[in-house]
Amino acid sequence: MQVQFKTHYRQDIDLLSDRGTRFRVVLALVLAVSAPLWVGGYYLGELSIFLTYILAGLGLMVLMGFSGQVSFGHSAFLGIGAYGHSVLLGHGVPFVLSLPLAAALSGVAGAVLGRAVSKMHGFYLAIATLAFAIIVETVLGEWTAVTGGHMGLAVPEMELFGYPLTADWQTYYVILGLVLFCILGVANLMRSPTGRRMVAVRDSETSARSLGVDIARTRILAFAISATITGLAGALLAHMLFFLAPEAFAINESLKLLLMVIVGGLGTITGAIFGAIFVTILPNLISLLGEVLPSSIAEAAGLEQLLFGAIIAAFIVFEPEGLYGRWRKLRHFLETFPYYKRATFVRQKRYLKTERFR
Amino acid sequence: MELTDVMQLTLIGLSQGCGYAMVAIGFVFIYRATEIVNFSHGELMMLGAYMVLTFSQIVGLGFWLSAVLGILSLGVFGYLLDAVVMRRMVGEAQTSIFILTVAIGLILRSLAGMIWGWSPQALDVPFLIDVNLGGVIVGMDRIGIIAGTAILCVLLYVFFAKTQVGLAIQAASQNQLAAYYNRIPVRRMISVVWAIAAMVAAFAGVVMAPVTQIDTGMTAFGIKALAGAVVGGFGSIPGALLGCLLIGVAEPFLDFLFPPFKGVFAYIIMLVVLFIKPAGLIPQTYSKKV
Repeated sequence: MQVQFKTHYRQDIDLLSDRGTRFRVVLALVLAVSAPLWVGGYYLGELSIFLTYILAGLGLMVLMGFSGQVSFGHSAFLGIGAYGHSVLLGHGVPFVLSLPLAAALSGVAGAVLGRAVSKMHGFYLAIATLAFAIIVETVLGEWTAVTGGHMGLAVPEMELFGYPLTADWQTYYVILGLVLFCILGVANLMRSPTGRRMVAVRDSETSARSLGVDIARTRILAFAISATITGLAGALLAHMLFFLAPEAFAINESLKLLLMVIVGGLGTITGAIFGAIFVTILPNLISLLGEVLPSSIAEAAGLEQLLFGAIIAAFIVFEPEGLYGRWRKLRHFLETFPYYKRATFVRQKRYLKTERFR
Repeated sequence: MELTDVMQLTLIGLSQGCGYAMVAIGFVFIYRATEIVNFSHGELMMLGAYMVLTFSQIVGLGFWLSAVLGILSLGVFGYLLDAVVMRRMVGEAQTSIFILTVAIGLILRSLAGMIWGWSPQALDVPFLIDVNLGGVIVGMDRIGIIAGTAILCVLLYVFFAKTQVGLAIQAASQNQLAAYYNRIPVRRMISVVWAIAAMVAAFAGVVMAPVTQIDTGMTAFGIKALAGAVVGGFGSIPGALLGCLLIGVAEPFLDFLFPPFKGVFAYIIMLVVLFIKPAGLIPQTYSKKV
């Protein structure tokens, strides 16, 4: 096992503390930046979608992983971002301005929703966000004057200061830049006082309040930041979809994001990336599974939903720390080779008042 | 709007509200006993309706017999759901448990769609007669829902207030340690609560089936019932009944007045109530003072 010698207090809040992590991050960066050189056109587009999913997952991770609140309504923020951005672009607002405006619109919606539920027990948030997502989907479908309703809305092309960006590699770099900016931003947020307040609220509301943390304010802030990032992801996703329809932002999209952060591993930025990788290869896994299963099951509508549900349930019951937790265990196993013991990673249980005796 | 229209819509709203209330009662039972909010309750209702459909139309039993069998089978399902799955989750973060129940709902819904098909199916019930009362056309199915809710409430009251098992469940919900000291098998009692909640949901599914038809979209009904319970103040039975009736009666009028938002008014009402009065109309939960 690698031992770190710390010679300065600043090392406690270093972003990349050990050499292994630094090496992996640089490797990932090099791969991401050089991707257009060795990836073909179609796969580059897929890679861009994958990056927007990382961004959306990061948004949900700020809320669920770092401040411990559940949202079933992130599809709504994705939708607000996408529609807001396209409508603004359609009215002639330049891309550089409309992108932050769309993200801010989504953030304000998030803050208002967060305000409504911040003082209450966790599940109020879950149900309120669920209701919010259903309402937003309906509004997007019915407000035909602005959103085009179920007929759909064409997304104007991406442009930067008057230069149209149409090639796949140009779009890819714009998205990559924004994703890296947000990842760095979230990483910095998490070592700032605000981020630590969020984690404190997640871990124990009572002790956070004892330390003078304003719980409601922290939650609203987490909600607003999360909605802003997801709105930005939605705005970028609009360029990938070319044509927006309300159905693309239904509850299922929220469940997909939820699947992402849970499978990836709650509470880590790496988890959002792992989750996005998983969600991207899941359709391929399903089609592989379809070849093995008898055709009556493989072709039944709803198989994908069934697998979504089953995977979420299995991860929550058996491996709540997700793929990232698995990876940590594997690394620990290799580093300490013959001395690995299960007890290192035993989950701490936190009982509610009704649960202790079951 | 004529007076008869108002009467008609009120009656429809009342019956719809009673349907919501029956599902909400199940939520509240589970919440009070275990502090778990079961997001898959609408799916349990759907499953109950499908089981009755299977018994009556595929096996070919009479309606009443298949209704009883269907409701009992859901009781067994609810018991096993707690004993096999939910009990493992004790001590995990509450957020994980919500998500788990949503995932279970997703599994049940897609399984039901794969087994019974995604298109709506009608259940033949013996009380599908319309009665004309002075210009207001009253469907016996609507009356049946209201009567069914009333009977169910009385039965549940008698069960919880008079029988030994009911009292044991109340004790286990209030204080588990004290219940243990009095030799109440708390684990089994909580599984029994799940069974009762699932049976109540199945009953709601059966009586609502003639009105809504049986399909996988019935699960939205469960979410609306949850919204009603939240409006009333989660955790109290009178609150849940009040909130659900309020949403049920308001819905047809609002749908009639402003059709584009048909079907989502329940959620709008809930968000408005949460924004103005975050604890619901009859507050039940209190935040911990430090």
